Amino acid sequence: MSSYYEASARERLQGVLDPASFEEIMPPGERVVSPHLRQLDTPAAFDDGIVVGFGLLSGHKVLVAAQEGGFMGGAVGEVHGAKLVGLLERARDEKPAAVLLLVESGGVRLHEANAGLIAVSEIMRAVLALRGAGVPVLVLDGGAFGCFGGMSIVAKLCDAVIISEEGRLGLSGPEVIETAGGVEEFDSRDRALVWRTVGGKHRYLLRDAMILVADRIPAFRQAAIDCLSLRPDLSLAALEAEHALLASRMERFGACKDAVDIWRHLGIADPAGLPLLEADEFIAATHDKRA
Amino acid sequence: METLRFTYSGGLPVGNQAAATLVGVVGSGNLEILVERQSLAGACEVEVITAAIGFGTIWQSVLDDFFARHGLADIRISINDVGATPAVVSLRLDQAIASFLAGPQ
Repeated sequence: MSSYYEASARERLQGVLDPASFEEIMPPGERVVSPHLRQLDTPAAFDDGIVVGFGLLSGHKVLVAAQEGGFMGGAVGEVHGAKLVGLLERARDEKPAAVLLLVESGGVRLHEANAGLIAVSEIMRAVLALRGAGVPVLVLDGGAFGCFGGMSIVAKLCDAVIISEEGRLGLSGPEVIETAGGVEEFDSRDRALVWRTVGGKHRYLLRDAMILVADRIPAFRQAAIDCLSLRPDLSLAALEAEHALLASRMERFGACKDAVDIWRHLGIADPAGLPLLEADEFIAATHDKRA
Repeated sequence: METLRFTYSGGLPVGNQAAATLVGVVGSGNLEILVERQSLAGACEVEVITAAIGFGTIWQSVLDDFFARHGLADIRISINDVGATPAVVSLRLDQAIASFLAGPQ
């Protein structure tokens, strides 16, 4: 089985890293579980929905974290967040070749409210401090629950997002937008609408994701290896370039009502046909037309 | 939520496989099972924390059946359950033991 989408967090780590190289920090046997869920009479997970540790990627030492979407949508609680912050701080001391974040999260775990919110802000600060110390942070996004809320901000603070067509990246999830704006604004049950708005292909075209891969664990692994040569650039010039890109996006696409309008704007010949293309055909058709 | 405990004796000792294995996920209709080698004077201890209250006799039957298939000594099994059906629990238990006996990946 090598579908990244179908795999569990633990299976993804085994497949992305060099064989048998992964070692877990704070494994489930230590039983560091959420103190909040028990008070709410809700079963906890032994790893609080995140696996952290270290291993080798093509022979290079990397630190890794993988969120398990099957447990509370991968949401960030107090322990979950602390494990991720601890990993990022450890990376600052150890200076591995990279840190890999196998994200799959709806954002803050609402059961843990303030503790979860604080955890997400600590993760953001730790990511930037780590990049400032010269260690690249790579995001792999291809799980069933996507990457939303605070974790989507974390993802965009990193050096690269590697995404599959099935992967999703967005600040507010589809159901959240529908609840806030009404079904006329966004129909969260319209799967095609959801994927062409927050799915991997659109994120690749808008350059929110650096690399688009097929939904195979080896494809994610190879893309992560290719990104090991990235060096974080937090210079003023790089930030200004990023801001200019975002401003030009509003100018170019501000009037578009749908992702298909944006794709047409980009000069893509058959925009309505894009969702049906396999990853390699899609990249061939669009790599020189990205925003 | 309900916590259930079961103890079995008369199982066979296991070798030096992985010290611990985790399978499954704590999600609706699913469960996670942690299997650990531990000195329990030859016993097999099972602790179940389940969101579904009042199913103790069914857990007893499923675990009796499991122990008849894989009677192991000095094993601690810890389960976090969110309403998995008996068939799912049986399959997960088989997966957990197979994964545990296979040793580190």
